[in-house]
Amino acid sequence: MTQAGSHPLSTLADRIQPRDRTLLDKSFRWFCIATASTSIMILAVLLVAVFYLGIDSLNWNFMTHYPEPNAAEAGLGPALWGTIWVCIVCGVFALPIGVATAVFLEEFKPSNKWLLKFHGFIQLNINNLAGVPSVVYGILGLTLFVSMAGLFGTPNEPFVSVGVRYYDQFFTAGQKSLRIPIDDPSQPNTIAEAGMRALNSDNEWVDVNVVDSRRDLPRSLEERRYAIVKGKSSGRIEDGSFYYFRIPFGRSVLAGSLTLMLVILPIVIISTQEALRGVPQSLREAGLGLGSTKWQVVRNITLPAAIPGIMTGSILSMSRAIGEAAPILILAGAIFLTNNPGSLMDDFTVLPLQIFDWAGRPHKEFHHLAGGGILVLLAILFVFNLTAVLIRQFTQKNLT
Amino acid sequence: MTIHMNPEEPVSLSKKPTGFMAVDTDSHSAEAPATMIEMGSFSAWYGDFQALDNLDLEIPEKRVTAFIGPSGCGKSTLLKWINRMNDVVPTAHASGRLCLPDIDILSRTTDVVALRRRIGMVFQKPNPFPKSIYDNIAFGPRLHYTGLRRSDLDNLVEWSLKKAALWDEVKDRLNQSALGLSGGQQQRLCIARAISIGPEVLLMDEPCSALDPASTSRIEDLIYELRKQYTIVIVTHNMQQAARCSDQTAFFFEGRIIEAGPTRELFTRPREKQTEDYVTGKFG
Repeated sequence: MTQAGSHPLSTLADRIQPRDRTLLDKSFRWFCIATASTSIMILAVLLVAVFYLGIDSLNWNFMTHYPEPNAAEAGLGPALWGTIWVCIVCGVFALPIGVATAVFLEEFKPSNKWLLKFHGFIQLNINNLAGVPSVVYGILGLTLFVSMAGLFGTPNEPFVSVGVRYYDQFFTAGQKSLRIPIDDPSQPNTIAEAGMRALNSDNEWVDVNVVDSRRDLPRSLEERRYAIVKGKSSGRIEDGSFYYFRIPFGRSVLAGSLTLMLVILPIVIISTQEALRGVPQSLREAGLGLGSTKWQVVRNITLPAAIPGIMTGSILSMSRAIGEAAPILILAGAIFLTNNPGSLMDDFTVLPLQIFDWAGRPHKEFHHLAGGGILVLLAILFVFNLTAVLIRQFTQKNLT
Repeated sequence: MTIHMNPEEPVSLSKKPTGFMAVDTDSHSAEAPATMIEMGSFSAWYGDFQALDNLDLEIPEKRVTAFIGPSGCGKSTLLKWINRMNDVVPTAHASGRLCLPDIDILSRTTDVVALRRRIGMVFQKPNPFPKSIYDNIAFGPRLHYTGLRRSDLDNLVEWSLKKAALWDEVKDRLNQSALGLSGGQQQRLCIARAISIGPEVLLMDEPCSALDPASTSRIEDLIYELRKQYTIVIVTHNMQQAARCSDQTAFFFEGRIIEAGPTRELFTRPREKQTEDYVTGKFG
């Protein structure tokens, strides 16, 4: 029994000792430093390795040329432009939809019990979607956007198409390209026959010299320019203007952008929700108390106060979209392009895919190109993240 | 846009709403005032929990009515029902009568936006918007009216800030952030913001509980001034405050009104034992 007045622990002095915690405390600190520096070291090694690998490739030609088979001449122009296109289009769709969804989920909580359950159901689904591997979205995008489940014809024979001309293209014996405009793309490709006229590369109509067999081809290169063997088949090409649009979308910039939109939408929604939750309830009450409508509260109070968080989340999710290779690989394949995309319906490739393509080749020169591509990609990501940090710093200073 | 508060009297800025107009104050204490807010058998729930039980109370026009009582007794709940701020709580529901002279507050068809324009609210914690002082005051008028000129807004901002006894302190920094003001100044800014849209009723939910004694005394002076023009309902934990600045007091306990009447009577000759215990500080 302890005596009144003395501390209960004082009677145990012979049995208990003060716990010595300093050693554990110090070792924990060193443990944290060690784990942190390990990851930083690994990152540093990676960066240095990539830098040494790719720094020599970086020059203006590399940024503008198409990925020619000759490594010395090759560049990542189409992939760079593809990335820029996809990034912008993806942002244009993902940010408004994502922010609006988050506003709906956070600011318009229904009072009805069943609607509340529906609300919770949507929320649960969005949280789950954030964890779905991006390759799955690639498959979804292939069905939903590229072919639209086959409900509207095929990309080559689209249900709707605006702003495009179709041509059947022949390569002559002189390795020149001749084009015949096609009004109805559903008809089979043209076969070379006598008396045919076609457009040359200067868009002038010329008579095509269709000969019966290879032996009848003219000798001189000059004459071979417009000479074709009878029965030679053509390839269908399309020449879209900048507003070219078709349904289904095919393996186009738009399909890729919308697929990436699906990938980042859950992230945009969740980060916007976080930002909206960070707006003090008292501000909403102040707005409502003054007689604001719901829209006025969202427009004048909640959204402006949440902008820093929304912007940061959006930019970080955009940089995720830029780095994605898997869904684009499924959707567009690793294709060889000589042109930058010029419309939403053009074929495209993106930087991660170009890097993937080069890195997989056996020749050493292409590995250097891949390194250069990685540096370009890292630079873009760095700019994005820097913007996010700056926006957060500047706008938060205004708020507090 | 014009908010029609009551059908006979369309309100526009050219014809100022009642709240803007100075009222002769000398007749103030002489006549028996009209009833501004009337409730009968009013009960309110949060889900299954009954927060208010069968309240009958008349809140007189152009008087200060204080709600006192221990925490959780339902006085803030009642305040939030008067301008339907409880609409944002999904589980909140109510029954009984809660009326202004011309409209039924609880009716489903009541336009809560118009209602809150007539019944302003000042909250426990000062909650200025993260905007300039000027924009804080101009916020309400901009919500409700289009076609306001800069000069109209300038006048309105000056009028509101003078009413709230803040003008002299902030007139040189109207474009600075309202968050740079002290707590007491922020709360007076919130009062100025509330009266900028010309309400008839001001609800104050413990407006001084986050403030120091000096700011509290300034706000109390302000409340005394404002009662000449507005019907004021103030929730307070501070008995002295209720005694100092209210005309009527209602004592709440566990969701019921135990006693309501003129403040002096309630504090000096309470009819109920519970009231006496509370106002003399024996419990609570």
